[in-house]
Amino acid sequence: MWTTWVRERAVGALPPDKLLPDRQPAYVSSWIYVFGVAAIASLIVIVASGAILGLKGPNWWHVASVGRFFNSIHLWAVELFFFTMVVHLWGKFFMAAWRGGRGRTWVTGAVTFLVSIGAAFTGYLSQQNFDSQWIASEGKDGLNSVGIGAFFRVPDFGQMYTFHVILLPVVVVALVIWHVLLVRRHGVVPPYPAKARPAPAAAPGDGGPS
Amino acid sequence: MSPPPSAEAAEWQGEYVRYDLIKELAIALAVITALAVVLTILFSSPDDPPTTIQSWSKADPGDFLTTAVSELDGSSEIATYGPPYNHTPDAAQKIGPLCLQCAPGVRIPIDTARDFVVDPLKTVPGNPALKVALAAYSAAPAKQRKAWTDAYTAALPKARFVAGRVLLPAGDYGPVAPMMASLVGLAQSGGLDGVMLAGGHFYQTDYTKPLLFLSGGSYFEDRATGQHLLGDQWGMMNETGSYPGQVWLWLYTFWYQIEPFKSSDNADALIFALMAALSLAFVCIPFIPGLNRLPRHLGVYRLIWRDHYRRVEQGR
Repeated sequence: MWTTWVRERAVGALPPDKLLPDRQPAYVSSWIYVFGVAAIASLIVIVASGAILGLKGPNWWHVASVGRFFNSIHLWAVELFFFTMVVHLWGKFFMAAWRGGRGRTWVTGAVTFLVSIGAAFTGYLSQQNFDSQWIASEGKDGLNSVGIGAFFRVPDFGQMYTFHVILLPVVVVALVIWHVLLVRRHGVVPPYPAKARPAPAAAPGDGGPS
Repeated sequence: MSPPPSAEAAEWQGEYVRYDLIKELAIALAVITALAVVLTILFSSPDDPPTTIQSWSKADPGDFLTTAVSELDGSSEIATYGPPYNHTPDAAQKIGPLCLQCAPGVRIPIDTARDFVVDPLKTVPGNPALKVALAAYSAAPAKQRKAWTDAYTAALPKARFVAGRVLLPAGDYGPVAPMMASLVGLAQSGGLDGVMLAGGHFYQTDYTKPLLFLSGGSYFEDRATGQHLLGDQWGMMNETGSYPGQVWLWLYTFWYQIEPFKSSDNADALIFALMAALSLAFVCIPFIPGLNRLPRHLGVYRLIWRDHYRRVEQGR
């Protein structure tokens, strides 16, 4: 039975105590680990403020002070999202967090970063002000130069708005969920083995996913 | 037989501590929300009104007419752009011998004379003189048209604008003078914004034509220069006013500041290709020999896990 197969596979890969553990290895006591969850928190604020802006329509924030307030929340949450995500990525790079079969965890995180750039870009294009006019005017040249502009038409507000409020957020959120599930499944990467004295020890599995 | 899992893949056998993930997320959400609210109260968000064809033609009718006549005679940037707007030979950017810009062909056809000048003028009602001018221009041979537009372009720096009228020195401008006078009148009334956007539809969201027309004038670019948005001002990562923009594009815009890209006719295509390659490498770091071992040599991990290593050292 397909349902049974899916349930057994899901529970086998991520039993409840692994999905939502109430303990972590002691080495997870560094401020660097805060930035991953801060990026997720920023994403929640982005989606919530974006949903309010979407419900009221793209023109609302230009004419209503409450709309301007939520647009500002949206903007600053995006800035915080990228700041926390970039610090998180640098931290994971310095930890070589792909070790021990965690290559896909890195890949999903890195792809999330790149897709988020696209989501932010379409957001800037959807502002309906001088900034979005100029970004569309300049952005078209970059995209036309490699043939993408013929299909991804930055001066077309309707197309950019659809990408910004539906298509790219769905991809970003799906990638983040996948990324978090991979972290839960494989656990947080352990520290490199401490160098033994007097001679340095070999690092098992050092370099690259196994 | 699959290889045994490495020590790094196996479950941690060392010390554990209590850790409340949900509480951590709740606190992070509260802190991020508070930060966003504080930043909103302190700085709000920028919203410079867009440039319209009406505001442009009123603020700088000379620049408007210079642009319009270049669209009419086919000498403007958009008229000679190449794909996806038109078939101008050798206009497309290339990466070595590869022309990705050419690949899709002309998928958004733009005839600047027709779309930006002639067709909008055909919508002006109750102007028999304009109809005669349009018919004369349409019937004239290309050489004659060029003589008229060249004369008009040469005279524009000496033009005066009085009460919405264009006053030019005496010259043989043929039907171009009444056509341009009507066009600037249409633009200043706000009609040209509507005509270019509508395209025969009631609902419309595609701003390609008005934006391409606007981008041909120096008024639009001057406004961007004042807001430090130009490419050589690192404009790709800037925002209007003093706000942080798309700071994450710093590397993309960096390449535009240096040679060989800075002076290359193919800068957009070359930089796009370079960034695509760098992005792919970034995603694939775990699988790139040497690069995936770099963090071990950098040693920053010792700072991140300093408490762990201290415990290990004390345990020996």
